[in-house]
Amino acid sequence: MERIPILRMGDLLLVTIQVDMHDRLAMTLQDDLTQRIVDDSAKGVLIDISALDLVDSFIGRMISNTAAMAAILDARTVVVGMQPAVAITLVELGLNLVGVKTALNVERGMALLGKSFR
Amino acid sequence: MYAASATAELLQTRLRERYRSVRKDSVIVPLRTDEDVVHLRKQVRERALAIKLSLIDQTKLVTAASELARNTIKYGGGGEVQLELLDDGLRDGVALLFVDGGPGIPDLDLALTDGYTSGGGLGLGLSGSRRLVDEFEIDTRVGEGMAVSVAKWKR
Repeated sequence: MERIPILRMGDLLLVTIQVDMHDRLAMTLQDDLTQRIVDDSAKGVLIDISALDLVDSFIGRMISNTAAMAAILDARTVVVGMQPAVAITLVELGLNLVGVKTALNVERGMALLGKSFR
Repeated sequence: MYAASATAELLQTRLRERYRSVRKDSVIVPLRTDEDVVHLRKQVRERALAIKLSLIDQTKLVTAASELARNTIKYGGGGEVQLELLDDGLRDGVALLFVDGGPGIPDLDLALTDGYTSGGGLGLGLSGSRRLVDEFEIDTRVGEGMAVSVAKWKR
Protein backbone atom coordinates (compact mmCIF):
# COMPACT_ATOMS: atom_id res chain seq x y z
CA MET A 1 0.00 0.00 0.00
CA GLU A 2 1.09 3.52 -0.90
CA ARG A 3 2.52 5.46 2.07
CA ILE A 4 4.24 8.74 2.75
CA PRO A 5 7.60 8.18 4.51
CA ILE A 6 8.16 9.57 8.00
CA LEU A 7 11.79 10.26 8.96
CA ARG A 8 13.06 10.46 12.53
CA MET A 9 15.69 13.06 13.50
CA GLY A 10 16.43 12.80 17.21
CA ASP A 11 13.11 13.39 18.91
CA LEU A 12 11.59 14.99 15.82
CA LEU A 13 9.60 13.41 13.04
CA LEU A 14 9.95 14.87 9.55
CA VAL A 15 7.38 14.36 6.82
CA THR A 16 7.85 15.72 3.33
CA ILE A 17 4.70 15.47 1.26
CA GLN A 18 5.74 15.27 -2.37
CA VAL A 19 2.74 13.69 -4.06
CA ASP A 20 -0.75 14.92 -4.79
CA MET A 21 -2.48 13.02 -1.98
CA HIS A 22 -5.83 11.35 -2.43
CA ASP A 23 -8.03 11.35 0.65
CA ARG A 24 -7.22 7.85 1.86
CA LEU A 25 -3.49 8.53 1.60
CA ALA A 26 -3.96 11.67 3.73
CA MET A 27 -5.84 9.65 6.36
CA THR A 28 -3.14 6.96 6.34
CA LEU A 29 -0.51 9.63 6.94
CA GLN A 30 -2.50 10.99 9.89
CA ASP A 31 -2.73 7.51 11.40
CA ASP A 32 0.93 6.69 10.75
CA LEU A 33 2.10 9.98 12.24
CA THR A 34 0.17 9.62 15.49
CA GLN A 35 1.42 6.05 15.83
CA ARG A 36 5.03 7.10 15.21
CA ILE A 37 4.79 9.92 17.78
CA VAL A 38 4.04 7.28 20.39
CA ASP A 39 6.45 4.61 19.09
CA ASP A 40 9.39 7.04 18.80
CA SER A 41 8.47 9.22 21.80
CA ALA A 42 8.67 12.20 19.45
CA LYS A 43 8.41 15.71 20.88
CA GLY A 44 7.96 17.49 17.59
CA VAL A 45 6.57 16.94 14.11
CA LEU A 46 7.67 18.89 11.06
CA ILE A 47 5.42 18.64 8.01
CA ASP A 48 7.03 20.01 4.86
CA ILE A 49 4.41 20.92 2.26
CA SER A 50 6.67 22.98 -0.02
CA ALA A 51 6.06 20.55 -2.87
CA LEU A 52 2.26 20.70 -2.53
CA ASP A 53 0.58 22.94 -5.10
CA LEU A 54 -2.81 22.50 -3.46
CA VAL A 55 -4.23 22.23 0.04
CA ASP A 56 -7.98 21.76 -0.04
CA SER A 57 -10.36 21.47 2.92
CA PHE A 58 -9.73 17.76 3.31
CA ILE A 59 -5.95 18.01 3.41
CA GLY A 60 -6.24 21.15 5.56
CA ARG A 61 -8.43 19.33 8.03
CA MET A 62 -6.03 16.39 8.08
CA ILE A 63 -3.20 18.79 8.95
CA SER A 64 -5.27 20.49 11.70
CA ASN A 65 -6.36 17.17 13.15
CA THR A 66 -2.85 15.77 13.08
CA ALA A 67 -1.59 18.83 14.98
CA ALA A 68 -4.38 18.44 17.53
CA MET A 69 -3.69 14.74 18.01
CA ALA A 70 0.04 15.38 18.29
CA ALA A 71 -0.63 18.04 20.95
CA ILE A 72 -2.63 15.55 23.00
CA LEU A 73 0.31 13.15 22.66
CA ASP A 74 2.64 15.90 23.92
CA ALA A 75 4.28 16.66 20.59
CA ARG A 76 4.31 20.01 18.79
CA THR A 77 3.60 20.29 15.07
CA VAL A 78 4.97 22.84 12.66
CA VAL A 79 3.90 23.02 9.02
CA VAL A 80 6.62 24.47 6.82
CA GLY A 81 7.07 25.67 3.26
CA MET A 82 3.54 26.55 2.25
CA GLN A 83 3.50 28.15 -1.21
CA PRO A 84 2.06 31.70 -1.34
CA ALA A 85 -0.66 30.71 -3.83
CA VAL A 86 -1.72 27.90 -1.51
CA ALA A 87 -1.88 30.26 1.47
CA ILE A 88 -4.04 32.76 -0.46
CA THR A 89 -6.37 30.01 -1.64
CA LEU A 90 -6.70 28.49 1.84
CA VAL A 91 -7.78 31.79 3.36
CA GLU A 92 -10.31 32.48 0.59
CA LEU A 93 -11.64 28.98 0.96
CA GLY A 94 -12.26 29.85 4.61
CA LEU A 95 -9.81 27.45 6.16
CA ASN A 96 -7.51 29.02 8.72
CA LEU A 97 -5.71 25.97 10.11
CA VAL A 98 -6.56 26.79 13.73
CA GLY A 99 -3.95 25.58 16.18
CA VAL A 100 -1.36 24.82 13.53
CA LYS A 101 2.02 26.48 13.85
CA THR A 102 3.69 27.38 10.58
CA ALA A 103 7.16 28.42 9.48
CA LEU A 104 8.55 29.53 6.13
CA ASN A 105 11.05 26.70 5.79
CA VAL A 106 12.43 23.62 7.53
CA GLU A 107 15.23 25.53 9.25
CA ARG A 108 12.83 28.02 10.82
CA GLY A 109 10.47 25.21 11.68
CA MET A 110 13.25 23.45 13.57
CA ALA A 111 14.06 26.69 15.36
CA LEU A 112 10.42 26.97 16.37
CA LEU A 113 10.64 23.49 17.83
CA GLY A 114 13.74 24.50 19.78
CA LYS A 115 16.18 22.67 17.54
CA SER A 116 19.10 23.93 15.51
CA PHE A 117 21.09 22.49 12.63
CA ARG A 118 24.34 23.57 14.26
CA MET B 1 -23.78 12.99 -20.97
CA TYR B 2 -24.30 11.57 -17.53
CA ALA B 3 -26.65 8.66 -18.00
CA ALA B 4 -27.69 7.93 -14.42
CA SER B 5 -30.53 10.40 -14.37
CA ALA B 6 -32.55 12.34 -16.89
CA THR B 7 -32.88 15.12 -14.32
CA ALA B 8 -29.13 15.45 -14.06
CA GLU B 9 -28.99 15.86 -17.80
CA LEU B 10 -31.72 18.49 -17.76
CA LEU B 11 -29.95 20.43 -15.01
CA GLN B 12 -26.75 20.19 -17.00
CA THR B 13 -28.37 21.52 -20.18
CA ARG B 14 -30.03 24.38 -18.32
CA LEU B 15 -26.74 25.46 -16.75
CA ARG B 16 -24.77 25.17 -19.97
CA GLU B 17 -27.04 27.61 -21.73
CA ARG B 18 -26.14 30.41 -19.34
CA TYR B 19 -22.74 31.23 -20.78
CA ARG B 20 -22.74 32.56 -24.30
CA SER B 21 -19.22 31.70 -25.28
CA VAL B 22 -17.41 29.27 -27.50
CA ARG B 23 -16.67 25.98 -25.82
CA LYS B 24 -13.98 23.62 -26.99
CA ASP B 25 -11.94 20.58 -26.05
CA SER B 26 -14.72 19.12 -23.97
CA VAL B 27 -13.71 16.18 -21.80
CA ILE B 28 -15.79 14.17 -19.34
CA VAL B 29 -14.12 12.79 -16.23
CA PRO B 30 -15.97 10.27 -14.07
CA LEU B 31 -16.07 10.90 -10.32
CA ARG B 32 -16.35 7.75 -8.25
CA THR B 33 -13.22 7.34 -6.14
CA ASP B 34 -10.50 9.29 -4.30
CA GLU B 35 -8.18 8.64 -7.22
CA ASP B 36 -10.66 10.25 -9.62
CA VAL B 37 -10.38 13.48 -7.60
CA VAL B 38 -6.58 13.45 -7.96
CA HIS B 39 -6.93 12.75 -11.69
CA LEU B 40 -9.37 15.64 -12.07
CA ARG B 41 -7.02 18.03 -10.24
CA LYS B 42 -4.33 17.14 -12.77
CA GLN B 43 -6.68 17.65 -15.73
CA VAL B 44 -7.88 21.02 -14.42
CA ARG B 45 -4.31 22.15 -13.80
CA GLU B 46 -3.37 21.27 -17.39
CA ARG B 47 -6.24 23.36 -18.76
CA ALA B 48 -5.48 26.27 -16.45
CA LEU B 49 -1.90 26.17 -17.70
CA ALA B 50 -3.07 25.96 -21.33
CA ILE B 51 -4.87 29.31 -21.07
CA LYS B 52 -2.03 30.73 -18.95
CA LEU B 53 -3.95 31.44 -15.78
CA SER B 54 -1.77 33.01 -13.10
CA LEU B 55 -0.38 30.61 -10.49
CA ILE B 56 -2.80 31.96 -7.89
CA ASP B 57 -5.82 31.56 -10.17
CA GLN B 58 -4.66 28.06 -11.14
CA THR B 59 -4.45 27.13 -7.49
CA LYS B 60 -7.89 28.58 -6.76
CA LEU B 61 -9.52 26.77 -9.67
CA VAL B 62 -7.90 23.42 -8.90
CA THR B 63 -8.84 23.75 -5.22
CA ALA B 64 -12.46 24.56 -6.10
CA ALA B 65 -12.51 21.57 -8.45
CA SER B 66 -11.19 19.35 -5.67
CA GLU B 67 -13.88 20.52 -3.23
CA LEU B 68 -16.72 20.11 -5.72
CA ALA B 69 -15.47 16.73 -6.90
CA ARG B 70 -15.40 15.49 -3.32
CA ASN B 71 -18.96 16.77 -2.81
CA THR B 72 -20.08 14.94 -5.95
CA ILE B 73 -18.65 11.69 -4.61
CA LYS B 74 -19.51 12.08 -0.94
CA TYR B 75 -22.98 13.63 -1.11
CA GLY B 76 -24.05 12.89 -4.69
CA GLY B 77 -23.02 9.24 -4.62
CA GLY B 78 -20.69 9.81 -7.56
CA GLY B 79 -21.18 11.42 -10.92
CA GLU B 80 -19.05 13.14 -13.48
CA VAL B 81 -17.52 16.44 -14.44
CA GLN B 82 -17.27 18.04 -17.84
CA LEU B 83 -14.21 20.19 -18.52
CA GLU B 84 -14.18 22.79 -21.27
CA LEU B 85 -12.15 25.73 -22.45
CA LEU B 86 -14.17 28.94 -22.87
CA ASP B 87 -13.66 31.83 -25.26
CA ASP B 88 -16.08 34.76 -25.17
CA GLY B 89 -14.18 36.71 -27.80
CA LEU B 90 -12.33 38.83 -25.25
CA ARG B 91 -10.79 36.33 -22.91
CA ASP B 92 -10.18 32.65 -22.29
CA GLY B 93 -11.53 30.64 -19.43
CA VAL B 94 -11.92 27.16 -18.01
CA ALA B 95 -15.39 25.81 -17.24
CA LEU B 96 -16.27 22.83 -15.09
CA LEU B 97 -19.70 21.26 -14.84
CA PHE B 98 -20.26 18.76 -12.03
CA VAL B 99 -23.29 16.52 -12.23
CA ASP B 100 -24.61 13.83 -9.94
CA GLY B 101 -27.79 11.82 -9.61
CA GLY B 102 -27.84 12.01 -5.82
CA PRO B 103 -30.37 13.36 -3.32
CA GLY B 104 -30.00 17.01 -4.35
CA ILE B 105 -30.09 19.91 -1.90
CA PRO B 106 -33.41 20.91 -0.26
CA ASP B 107 -32.19 24.29 1.01
CA LEU B 108 -29.59 25.87 -1.25
CA ASP B 109 -29.14 29.02 0.84
CA LEU B 110 -28.35 26.91 3.86
CA ALA B 111 -25.98 24.68 1.89
CA LEU B 112 -24.12 27.78 0.71
CA THR B 113 -23.58 29.02 4.26
CA ASP B 114 -20.03 28.78 5.59
CA GLY B 115 -19.76 26.00 8.10
CA TYR B 116 -23.03 24.26 7.26
CA THR B 117 -22.60 20.57 6.54
CA SER B 118 -24.94 17.63 6.25
CA GLY B 119 -22.17 15.09 6.28
CA GLY B 120 -19.64 15.78 9.01
CA GLY B 121 -17.28 17.82 6.83
CA LEU B 122 -16.17 21.37 7.45
CA GLY B 123 -19.00 22.86 5.42
CA LEU B 124 -16.63 24.78 3.17
CA GLY B 125 -17.05 22.79 -0.04
CA LEU B 126 -19.79 24.81 -1.73
CA SER B 127 -19.43 28.16 0.03
CA GLY B 128 -15.64 28.08 -0.13
CA SER B 129 -15.36 27.04 -3.76
CA ARG B 130 -17.83 29.77 -4.76
CA ARG B 131 -15.30 32.33 -3.50
CA LEU B 132 -12.51 30.76 -5.53
CA VAL B 133 -14.10 31.04 -8.99
CA ASP B 134 -15.56 33.82 -11.19
CA GLU B 135 -18.80 32.09 -12.16
CA PHE B 136 -20.78 29.78 -9.92
CA GLU B 137 -24.24 28.35 -10.58
CA ILE B 138 -26.16 25.52 -8.97
CA ASP B 139 -29.24 23.74 -10.14
CA THR B 140 -30.79 21.01 -8.07
CA ARG B 141 -33.90 18.92 -7.69
CA VAL B 142 -34.51 17.16 -4.43
CA GLY B 143 -34.30 13.41 -4.79
CA GLU B 144 -33.00 13.60 -8.33
CA GLY B 145 -29.61 15.20 -8.41
CA MET B 146 -27.70 18.39 -8.84
CA ALA B 147 -25.42 20.22 -11.21
CA VAL B 148 -22.81 22.80 -10.30
CA SER B 149 -21.24 24.94 -12.98
CA VAL B 150 -18.11 27.01 -12.32
CA ALA B 151 -15.75 29.00 -14.48
CA LYS B 152 -12.55 30.94 -14.08
CA TRP B 153 -11.53 33.59 -16.60
CA LYS B 154 -8.04 34.67 -17.48
CA ARG B 155 -7.46 38.20 -16.19
